[in-house]
Amino acid sequence: MLPRPTTHSKALGPGVAGPELAVATSAVLDRPPQPTAQRPLSGAQAFSVDPSLVESADGPRQHTQYPYVTGTSVLAVKYAGGVMLACDTLGAYGSTKRYKSLERIIRVNARTAVAAGGEISDFQYITRLLEELATDDYRTDDGIELGPREVFSYLTRVMYNRRGKMDPLWNSLVVGGVEADGTVFLGTVGMIGTHYTDSHVATGFGAHLARPMFRERQSDDMSEADAEALLRDALRVCYYRDKQSINKFQVAKATGEGVAIGKPFALETKWDYKAFAAPTKWAIGAW
Amino acid sequence: MFRNQYDTDVTTWSPQGRLFQVEYAMEAVKQGSCAVGLTSKTHAVLATLKRAQNELSSYQRKIFKIDDHMGIAISGLTADGRVLCRYMRNECLNHRYVYESSMPIGRLVRQVADKHQVCTQRSWKRPYGVGLLVAGHDARGPHLYNTCPSGNYWEYKAMAIGARSQASKTYLEKHFEAFPTATPEEMILHGLRALAASLSEGELTKANCAVALVGEGSSFVVLEEDDVEPYIQMLKEEEGGGGGAEPMAEAAAEGGAAAAEGGAAAAADDGGDGAAPMES
Amino acid sequence: MATLTAGVPKHAAGAAGIKQHASWSPYDDNGGTTLAVAGADYCIVAASMRMSTGYSIMTRRSSKILQLTDKCVIASAGFQADMKALHKMLQSRNVTYQHSHAKPMSCPATAQLLSNTLYHRRFFPLFTFNICAGLDDEGKGAVYTYDAIGSYERTGYSCQGSGKDLMQPVLDNQLKAASPLLIPARGDTVEIFVITKEGVRREELELKKD
Repeated sequence: MLPRPTTHSKALGPGVAGPELAVATSAVLDRPPQPTAQRPLSGAQAFSVDPSLVESADGPRQHTQYPYVTGTSVLAVKYAGGVMLACDTLGAYGSTKRYKSLERIIRVNARTAVAAGGEISDFQYITRLLEELATDDYRTDDGIELGPREVFSYLTRVMYNRRGKMDPLWNSLVVGGVEADGTVFLGTVGMIGTHYTDSHVATGFGAHLARPMFRERQSDDMSEADAEALLRDALRVCYYRDKQSINKFQVAKATGEGVAIGKPFALETKWDYKAFAAPTKWAIGAW
Repeated sequence: MFRNQYDTDVTTWSPQGRLFQVEYAMEAVKQGSCAVGLTSKTHAVLATLKRAQNELSSYQRKIFKIDDHMGIAISGLTADGRVLCRYMRNECLNHRYVYESSMPIGRLVRQVADKHQVCTQRSWKRPYGVGLLVAGHDARGPHLYNTCPSGNYWEYKAMAIGARSQASKTYLEKHFEAFPTATPEEMILHGLRALAASLSEGELTKANCAVALVGEGSSFVVLEEDDVEPYIQMLKEEEGGGGGAEPMAEAAAEGGAAAAEGGAAAAADDGGDGAAPMES
Repeated sequence: MATLTAGVPKHAAGAAGIKQHASWSPYDDNGGTTLAVAGADYCIVAASMRMSTGYSIMTRRSSKILQLTDKCVIASAGFQADMKALHKMLQSRNVTYQHSHAKPMSCPATAQLLSNTLYHRRFFPLFTFNICAGLDDEGKGAVYTYDAIGSYERTGYSCQGSGKDLMQPVLDNQLKAASPLLIPARGDTVEIFVITKEGVRREELELKKD
């Protein structure tokens, strides 16, 4: 008869001996973890319902206070004859890399693509709204289709109206496409309805990490290859510095020929830069 | 007045499969004064004949701007026309607010027609007693639509509605092949000539007619009074010259014959005098 | 900003205002500076074109000026989404006005409408700081300046937005003396609308983009 283990690590589970983890995880807490804005419910209660959503002191229904499953930055640039959008395929549950193959770029119609960061379920709702619009156009069958500018304008109203109800859709959206007359369109809307159009846009972390690169290298008449190289470089920087991202990306193109959403791919990375080991070594004033 | 067993409310069928109340509403359209619409490759034009209730009153407007890219001409109950006009203006405004673009003409016309249709299927409602000519320009070019109290609607190259409109239609049928390549000015003249064909007495003056033009790069504009005068002048000169007058006279003659064929219904059509005070 | 978030309905703020997530605000400050000067028979309106949030520039080319008619424009700084909603609203109201009155809204009428529109949202304010400017019924230059909830007055010149603390003293100083105007402007581009009886002319002034 084999000797039964007399002690086991709570961190690693019953029957497994080992040291306690330095950082307490949910398995060693004496009560279930409570959700906060920074840390939504984590894996321990993956599919339990937040009781405060069912019943609370001021009534049965609450609006979204923070996102659950989130996507990170979306990057996009204009180039000669079209616009290119890019993002990774992660749906993060708090800090958990929960869904690794979420496609966050959709084709609305032949001329328009939309990509989203933020709460994935809200984006799926927005996807349904846009599908309804595109279906209406299709079955009306009068040859009229919403252009990217119209889709963008519609989305700004949807986002702004929801923030007005204090029940925002927790997303940053990027709309890209080509109008019927050939003009290239690129714009972005935030969760409270702020929006703008520009030659290049980036949401979330990308606004800080990618846009400086875009400002240096992007031009409206750059070639498709140059645009893709720029986006790949920007994605790589975002991946290096954004812990909410993974090395699995998608690039979509919207041109006069239509919308093409590429297959997911990984980038070559290099982690042994000396600056990565001592990131503030030459940064004057840093600590 | 003639009544029968099956016209107490809109939702009651006659054994012949007709809805008399709806047909009466369509008669109301025929009693309004004439409205003409026509399209070229680039423009759409409306022309209307305005009636004055009596010598002291003003002439009733029949053309209304809906949005920068669209307008309507009405025939039938003016008040019903105003209700629909307000609805259409609102829809265009809402579309602009949401999409920052102008509303496709055909989509709005269908919504209006659906509004008409609902009134033919509810016992507590009354069909709209007005026909609309909707002229506009959108991403697909210029359009002309006609709606009807029954909820039907059609797109036309050219069309006329209202009293003695058969005469105008005859003119349009005779000349529509020239419309696609016509200049805006020629289109206005065609519109006025078609309108003149529907006159039972008197002639076109700057007071009794109005024209509207919309097209690629030019937003909907109504020409009334002094703005329409030059075109009427041109028409008069044509007539004086002899050459241009011929088709008009012919059309008028044919129109007269067609109206006579119309029988009982058409009898009420000639001239404004017989029309109920609500109509224009 | 903090005072404005206090206007958020209570149900959204959590149970009796005690449980409060580090959550979200329905407002943002997108910066921007606007300025208007009235002349005897003209009016000049200018606004920066940068749109920012915190220390980030969102875009260097976004217009803050709405040209409502030939004789009236509205320049707004503050929260861009509210600004856009306000502009769209006024634009629609102007179209409705033209349908029923067959003429464009006059500048004083627009000024009153803007005040009413802002005050309508007294308890969930539009976070916008506006100037309504143009020519009045007599053809004189007119500048109306507002707070976020609709208080307004007619002035000879005014400025609003993130640069107003720097600009107002300069305007006070320069416009009360007959000296050439030099306005401290930093940013990307300034768009300038000159309103005269001939109509509205738009110009651009490039800045340092720093």
